[in-house]
Amino acid sequence: MIWKIFLFLLLCFVSIAGIAFPIVQSPTKWYEFPFILGLEQNAKIIFFHVPTSWLTVIAFLMSTIFSIQYLRKKNLDDDAKSYAAAQLGIIFCILATVTGSVWSKFAWGSFWSWDPRQTSIFALLLIYGAWFALRSAIESEDKRATLSAVYSIIAFLTVPFFIFIMPRIMTGLHPGSADDTNAGPIVDFKMNFSMQLIFFLSMIGFTILYFWMWNLGYKSIILKEKINRQLTRG
Amino acid sequence: MKSYALFQKDFHSELRTRYAINSLAMFIIVAISVILFSIGNENISPGLTGGLFWVIIFFSAMSGLSRAFVSEEERGTSLTLQLIASPATVFTGKLLFNLILVFLMNIVITLLYSMLFAEFIIQNYLLFFLTFVFGNIGIAISSTLIAAIIAKAGSKGTLYPVLSFPILLPLILTSVKLTSFAIDGVPISEAFFELAIVLCYDIIMISASYMLFDFIWKD
Amino acid sequence: MTDFSLQIHSLQKSFGRRLVFNGITFNLNKAGVFGVSGPNGSGKSTLIKILAGINSPTKGQVIHSSDGKEIISEKLHNYIGFVSPYLVLYDEFSAWENLTYFSSIRKISFDKVKVENLLDQFLLLNRKDDLVKAYSSGMKQRLKFIFALMHSPSFIFLDEPTSNLDDEGKQTVYNLIKSEGEKVIVVVASNEKSDLIHCDEVLDLNNYKV
Repeated sequence: MIWKIFLFLLLCFVSIAGIAFPIVQSPTKWYEFPFILGLEQNAKIIFFHVPTSWLTVIAFLMSTIFSIQYLRKKNLDDDAKSYAAAQLGIIFCILATVTGSVWSKFAWGSFWSWDPRQTSIFALLLIYGAWFALRSAIESEDKRATLSAVYSIIAFLTVPFFIFIMPRIMTGLHPGSADDTNAGPIVDFKMNFSMQLIFFLSMIGFTILYFWMWNLGYKSIILKEKINRQLTRG
Repeated sequence: MKSYALFQKDFHSELRTRYAINSLAMFIIVAISVILFSIGNENISPGLTGGLFWVIIFFSAMSGLSRAFVSEEERGTSLTLQLIASPATVFTGKLLFNLILVFLMNIVITLLYSMLFAEFIIQNYLLFFLTFVFGNIGIAISSTLIAAIIAKAGSKGTLYPVLSFPILLPLILTSVKLTSFAIDGVPISEAFFELAIVLCYDIIMISASYMLFDFIWKD
Repeated sequence: MTDFSLQIHSLQKSFGRRLVFNGITFNLNKAGVFGVSGPNGSGKSTLIKILAGINSPTKGQVIHSSDGKEIISEKLHNYIGFVSPYLVLYDEFSAWENLTYFSSIRKISFDKVKVENLLDQFLLLNRKDDLVKAYSSGMKQRLKFIFALMHSPSFIFLDEPTSNLDDEGKQTVYNLIKSEGEKVIVVVASNEKSDLIHCDEVLDLNNYKV
């Protein structure tokens, strides 16, 4: 219970700090953020966009890992874990795409411009969608778990292509793309201390939130299946 | 060779029933016609023709390549195949069939396309040829693997493009880029990175296919 | 005469979270006929498919051996003959074409004489070049037997072998079970008393029900 209250307070602080703290040219007070070239006023979205993008990839990774576990041990609990991770993954993916296009509108002028990172997150959204579509088309539990596990693994193999190779061959608008001389605010540590603090707190907060929701998610799936079986048997 | 014998059986069956060839041929004609009518008399840039070319290839593949596994599953002969061949043989045989089908289909598409779209002029033939060969191999491999997956599921027709598109996306994006290079006359030395991507994709996909096919095929 | 054995250790099969059977263990070390009986839905077809290497068990092992060496699953299919009501052959081909393709895909040389004898035994010799599409269900069942026997398998699995057959067909099958049972391991899964009477030993799946 204590942890949940702590998490709630942490995320509240992060959200308020992320939105309310002002951005000034030369920060003097502890709650002021510096002016970063290329990002300026819309830098604040970094507190929400980066954690959600990060978590959708983590969720996908976890879903694939539990899929592999299922293929090895044929324990349907692993399939439930994989499914819970994917559910959260698609939610975070939608959030990342939306926060990304909002940022894109203010920074580059349009909601969508087929920048390689945008294309990658869109591809991930398609992969999630296809995965859920596949699952809903199979009746038998075993077959459903096996086939979605195989698809997860195949889809995971295409991810390196999107993350590493596409940005290199296509010029992009994202900070840190092939033609951006700034190399991104995170890598270059252009953020001052308070900004870094809020940023890392946000990452930690969202990550804890994800793991907590995932835990609840897979346990409730397993419980629901148990109840269903009791009902059909009795 | 066992997989070659399986390919022969499929080929012979296709000659007798002509399921795939007929519908595929009609699909290609319809797809190209739709695009021609939508463009009308507008001028389109050469780069755009490169993109449209791969769009037609993708949808034609979706129309024809699932038959290899779906026909076996729908008729109940999957069990028969399991009794006479190992999973690796089955996959190789079906892949061989789909490879031939992809190449035949795409040669027809390329010919029709270059006749009907005046802006589709290739300057670097060798680059286009390499893109064509490696790209088609990649399409055949991924499509065969996904066909094996959807054969075991319901609503196969609509599910096939939905599952295949994310997997084929890196291949299609790179092939479109390479085709526009070929149209612009870029020398091969500058397209090396992209060709390497397509080749890597082919190798990764074929290794993954053989490792994963056992799980798909056996109950 | 080669020496084969079929060993089953603590076999368990579940579909999803539904348990079908549990704890099946037996060894077949010499040629003979073995029966599996049980009511509909008890898992007879599932067990026979697992023994034939078509499905995998959830827990436990099935080991096929020839001359003391274990046969790996990739090569198992050439040692096995399988007949069941849900087996389907290619109906766009004739019986003869079906059988020639099967041997070339198995990469086993096509023994023309043996196949013709089998076709004769099952009264299909004069229909061998007709498309399977035109066959009656009894003829298709008989063709499945030829498919199962043409490569001289060491293990023969028959699921409901006499379904769709008339009395003459049934008698041919019983003669076959007896003659093959003297040379190789034959497993018959059935509900019919007349099928199971030919078995040396019968496993009743009722004993392994959950």
